Amino acid sequence: MSTHSAPTAGAHYYVPQPSHYPVTLSGGLFLLALGFILRINHFAPGPWFMLAGAGLILYVLFGWFGAIIRESVTRAYGNWEDHSFRHGMVWFIASEVAFFAAFFGALFYVRNISVPDLLNLLPNHGWTLYPDYKDLAWPASGSGPAAPQFTPMGAWGIPALNTALLLSSGATITWAHWGLLKNNRFQLNLGLFLTVALGFTFLGFQAWEYHHAYSELGLTLGAGVYGATFFMLTGFHGFHVTLGAIMLTVILFRCLKGHFDAENHFAFEGVAWYWHFVDVVWLLLFVFVYWL
Amino acid sequence: MNTATTTVNGHAGHHDGGHHPTGILRWLTTTNHKDIGTMYLSFALIMFFVGGIMILAVRAELFSPGLQLMQPEFFNQLIGVHALVMIFAALMPAATGFANWQIPLMIGAPDMALPRLNNWGFWLLPPAAILLTMPFVLALFGIGDGAIATGWTFYAPLSVQGGIGVDFAIFAVHILGISSILGSINIIVTIFNMRAPGMTMMKLPLFCWGWLITAFLLIATIPVLAGAVTMLLTDRHFGTHFFNAAGGGDPILFQHLFWFFGHPEVYILLLPVWGLMPHVLATFSRKPTYGYRGQVYGFIAIGILSVIVWAHHFFTAGMPVPALLYFMYSTMAISLPLAVLFFCWIATMWRGSMSFETPMLFAVGFIVLFGIAGLTGLVLADVAADAQYHHSYFVVAHFHYALFAGGIMGVMTGVYYWLPKWTGRMYSETLGKWHFWLTVLSFNLTFMPQFFLGLAGMPRRIPDYALQFAEFNAISTVGSFILGLSQLLFAWNIIQCARGRGAPAESRAWEGAEGLEWELSSPPPHHSWEVQPQVK
Amino acid sequence: MKRLAAPALALGALQPAAAFADYQWNFPKPVTPIARDTLNIHNEFMLVITVLFVVVFAIMIYSMVKHRKSVGHEPAKFSGPTGKLQWFWVLVPFGMLLFIDFVLMGIPAFHAVIEMEDTKTRADMVIKVTGLQWKWQYEYPDDGIKFMSNMTTPPEQIANQGAKGEHYLLEVDNPLVLPVGKKVRVLLTATDVIHTWWVPQFGVKRDAIPGFIRETWVKIEEPGTYRGQCAELCGKGHGFMPVVVKALPEAEYAAWRDAKKTELAQAAAGAERAWSKDELMAQGKEVYAKQCAVCHQPEGQGLPPAFPALAGSKIVTGPLLSKDGKLLPDSHVDRVLNGKPGTAMQAFKGTLNDVELAAVITYERNALGNAKGDMIQPAQIKLLR
Ligand code: HEA
Ligand code: HEA
Ligand code: HEC
Ligand code: CUA
Ligand SMILES: [Cu+2]
Repeated sequence: MSTHSAPTAGAHYYVPQPSHYPVTLSGGLFLLALGFILRINHFAPGPWFMLAGAGLILYVLFGWFGAIIRESVTRAYGNWEDHSFRHGMVWFIASEVAFFAAFFGALFYVRNISVPDLLNLLPNHGWTLYPDYKDLAWPASGSGPAAPQFTPMGAWGIPALNTALLLSSGATITWAHWGLLKNNRFQLNLGLFLTVALGFTFLGFQAWEYHHAYSELGLTLGAGVYGATFFMLTGFHGFHVTLGAIMLTVILFRCLKGHFDAENHFAFEGVAWYWHFVDVVWLLLFVFVYWL
Repeated sequence: MNTATTTVNGHAGHHDGGHHPTGILRWLTTTNHKDIGTMYLSFALIMFFVGGIMILAVRAELFSPGLQLMQPEFFNQLIGVHALVMIFAALMPAATGFANWQIPLMIGAPDMALPRLNNWGFWLLPPAAILLTMPFVLALFGIGDGAIATGWTFYAPLSVQGGIGVDFAIFAVHILGISSILGSINIIVTIFNMRAPGMTMMKLPLFCWGWLITAFLLIATIPVLAGAVTMLLTDRHFGTHFFNAAGGGDPILFQHLFWFFGHPEVYILLLPVWGLMPHVLATFSRKPTYGYRGQVYGFIAIGILSVIVWAHHFFTAGMPVPALLYFMYSTMAISLPLAVLFFCWIATMWRGSMSFETPMLFAVGFIVLFGIAGLTGLVLADVAADAQYHHSYFVVAHFHYALFAGGIMGVMTGVYYWLPKWTGRMYSETLGKWHFWLTVLSFNLTFMPQFFLGLAGMPRRIPDYALQFAEFNAISTVGSFILGLSQLLFAWNIIQCARGRGAPAESRAWEGAEGLEWELSSPPPHHSWEVQPQVK
Repeated sequence: MKRLAAPALALGALQPAAAFADYQWNFPKPVTPIARDTLNIHNEFMLVITVLFVVVFAIMIYSMVKHRKSVGHEPAKFSGPTGKLQWFWVLVPFGMLLFIDFVLMGIPAFHAVIEMEDTKTRADMVIKVTGLQWKWQYEYPDDGIKFMSNMTTPPEQIANQGAKGEHYLLEVDNPLVLPVGKKVRVLLTATDVIHTWWVPQFGVKRDAIPGFIRETWVKIEEPGTYRGQCAELCGKGHGFMPVVVKALPEAEYAAWRDAKKTELAQAAAGAERAWSKDELMAQGKEVYAKQCAVCHQPEGQGLPPAFPALAGSKIVTGPLLSKDGKLLPDSHVDRVLNGKPGTAMQAFKGTLNDVELAAVITYERNALGNAKGDMIQPAQIKLLR
């Protein structure tokens, strides 16, 4: 990782002017968090704080990214800065990997340790708070009269289709990148457009699947740890796909406006990396959440 | 090391148009690593006092048996928030403040690699600190029942049961986590991408190496904590059963996730300090650092080992025997790289020409007292004996030797060492020495008795205790008040320098100091290394 | 009292020799094989780390004295091991530490762990321990004995309004009674949050985790009363959740066991007959004070918002049962029998008997500022379980 971009002697690194965006963004985040806390604890003003916070955040996102785009198209950034951004994006994605690792860790833990342990209690000790665990192995994890009955989500319907969609979107974005590298704007724009379209289709199917789970399978967030891990993993993934798709859309518009060229397109690549990351997470989800 | 440089003073005037906001706006909007470093350090100092005052109230309650000052609910809130404030809002920001100030100076960079993000990283802290402490205030107005009362560890299901304070703490941790991750990304990028020409990784100052490993650890573990508290949030409000056996979950899952973060966290807190120690020791021994490579490999080994030993924090929760043994032996293995560090520190001093200005005093005090922390840590790693130590005051003593004598005193070492560089003024040596001796003596008076309390069987986190624990507790309380008051000397010394009192400091403030940062004027110019120096 | 003067005494800096006896510098006297093991291991470790500490820092202090600028010592230039001999000196501490970690400390620890975790071999009896906020329940499955163990230190002592007794905070109404010389397998669980069962003199500390079972074992070697505390933060009453174990010689233990059995059988028989309201109110008052007042407060005013008031509570003043005598969801009876998951309100049907439940429900409806006038019989509770 220690590729040193060896700035030429006397190179000048771009240090941006003082900016109020960071502190404003923090203020927005604070209001959003405060509002959310009040909301989930049933205090009336919660949503108003959330609204104000979200407004500020949106304002900053437009302003801050706007500034970056301006700096980028006016060539404030050279190779040296570009290197910083690339490194930064890589480590940001690394932190996202760790975030998903926590949820996968939880999934593996409950499947391999806590649920089997609970099943073993009665035979080994003749004593448990949950006698009806005897016959409730994974994925039907729950006990007592309150435990909801549910059907687990199968792998070979929509999920398999979604896998195909995401995999092809990974291919289309690479194709678009090739287009950019050989300065074929049509290939670039079409590839990106297809990627965005595939991304949103994926999300549409995902939403439909959730609806199906809630309304027909009885599979909810509260449906034992199966439901909890299922929805948290696929939900956070879906959230990341949404973010990625929005970012791709922005990039698409920038491409249509003629931004980026073969040398200078960090934003495009950063989003592409992010998209590939989301792709890989999905493959893991498909194997461990839906299939096995 | 990287001392031979073509001396370039980067102060070639600012070609960034020069219109800079002044007053409060300067601080709100700055993208300058030195301004941001100053904000981190000031914030840390303030929060150190906030966290300290909370625990002084606790120590006052523990002065004698019986409930004198507060109800148990409030007591529980104070200890947890004390810990969260001290760790997340005092010690970590202090280390990040060092990084901001020093890394560009030490590697010959004009600034941090991502300056605006850097500013955001700081400005996330005050909102988080407010979220953490706000429930205390809200409770006064009848909203909620106060701050988080689960200790800093958030253990489910107690935290599932808890009140609104838990939600506030969850979001505070989220925001602090974003801040740490941004800070880490920035530091990694700066170190990889902004080094002066000729500064290879094996010429990188050890302080930067320490921080580099810290940053990797933060990126690997903070998101796991974020995941854990997110599951906690959904268990509390959205009906999931991650930590509830009724739905197939497990409270111990929370402990695994928490300590997967929590154990590396203690090295996150100390690696920057271990990084700065060799600089201070070499300076005041007037001798090159001993075993540069050994220390680098030591840091790396600590980084790797730290993420595979987490379960030593809950041996008593019950685990299969092989797991117990694995976590015991792997934990003990951490003593090996640490022995390398100790060895190198002492070998750096060996046959030097030592003088004992305040930073050196703190460095030596750090080594001895952190030695106690480390050695007792080694004993805690033993599963059989840990059954007796666990959740007793023995552990409290162990980790204050590590966190206060290791972390906070390490930070004080750095502050005294670099204050002349930052402010351009020498602090008062007399006050510094008073501060050191008072701190060391009262620190031991406070925490040494706690080892014996723990051995005698006093559990931690109790607001009231049986009579046989009275004497040691009284001593500890007296010690803690002296300790607290001594810190006023520290604050005063800093404030005087910042106000421009005291003798002016030279570029090379200490006779034996080596490294790029000492080539720049004290204080350094606005853009630290406008032109990068060439390192030979 | 001497005890109240103690802190003041401690302030008098250096202790007179007489007061010295009050200080305890090491583990309390061990009374089980495990505790003896742990103490030995601990003593050995302390010795080892003290030696390490002294050796390492003696070298450092020697250097600090000899190699000072003020005594004119010229700095050397080396920055790492140079010759073979120096490498030797670098590797010696490393080897020593390896030996200390994995042989000197590692091997005894290994044996101790194996012994500690062997709860089943040749166990003579089993007891079950359940942690609840903030009391322990003990059960002897083979003898059908089951009871609660509450702290008995009066609130006045805690509030410093009375002299503190000898066993301040470490006294309970019903201690766990165990025979001396028997290997007792201890199964632990909890109903609400994690608690930790700890008796220092047994060398035993094990978590009680809601929904799961953990185990440990004790074999007490001497008769006596042994005191410990809950060691995992479990809410506001965490400091007030003592563990008291009374170890009796076998014959005495058998006598205690038989007496306890009869006592419990009599209490259970009470569920069959019809109780008068006054009887229930009297018994309910007792149960309330013991089981409920920590949270809902002696006068029923609660500690909102964490613990609701029972005085005037909608649930308490709501209907008792449905018209056909069935349990109403979220009614008073339901709440007390089944608790409310996710809150501190625990299910009491496992811990209280029919009479106690009927009594406390009747009491709450007709005292604490409530005056519903109705009552429920133990026999009705029995059917609702
Ligand atoms: C900065 C903080 C810090 C540091 C550095 C450490 C360092 C270590 N800690 Fe500590 N620890 C904490 C902070 C820290 N700890 C905290 C906060 C808790 C409690 C958390 C809570 O529950 O709230 C805790 C709790 C804790 C426990 C759990 C106890 C319990 O709850 O039951 C354990 C158990 O293994 C442990 C072990 C160790 C070990 C083995 C080290 C090792 O890294 C130490 C290694 C160092 C040495 C071994 C010394 C160096 C060697 C020498 C001086 C010898 C040289 C010799 C020769 C050259 C021959 N720690
Ligand atoms: C970096 C971390 C850090 C630091 C610096 C400290 C600093 C101190 N800690 Fe802290 N502590 C923790 C981390 C830390 N602690 C953690 C992680 C826990 C575990 C919490 C848990 O169980 O969850 C803990 C728990 C803890 C306990 C155990 C509580 C319990 O289990 O019941 C105690 C008890 O003595 C204690 C004491 C102190 C004291 C006396 C200091 C002193 O060093 C503080 C120094 C004092 C000051 C800095 C005050 C300065 C103020 C002034 C000078 C103003 C003066 C004004 C007046 C006197 C009016 N701490
Ligand atoms: C460890 C604390 C604790 C103990 C002990 C406890 N309770 Fe509760 N109780 C609670 C809490 C918390 C609630 C609120 C639950 C909720 O959120 O609905 C509650 C609610 C109730 C309610 C419903 C009141 C209302 O208006 O919502 C009743 C009735 C009640 N408890 C009776 C009892 C009885 C009878 C006992 C003793 C046998 C008892 N409680 C012991 C904590 C406790
Ligand atoms: Cu039960 Cu602490
Ligand atoms: Cu640890």
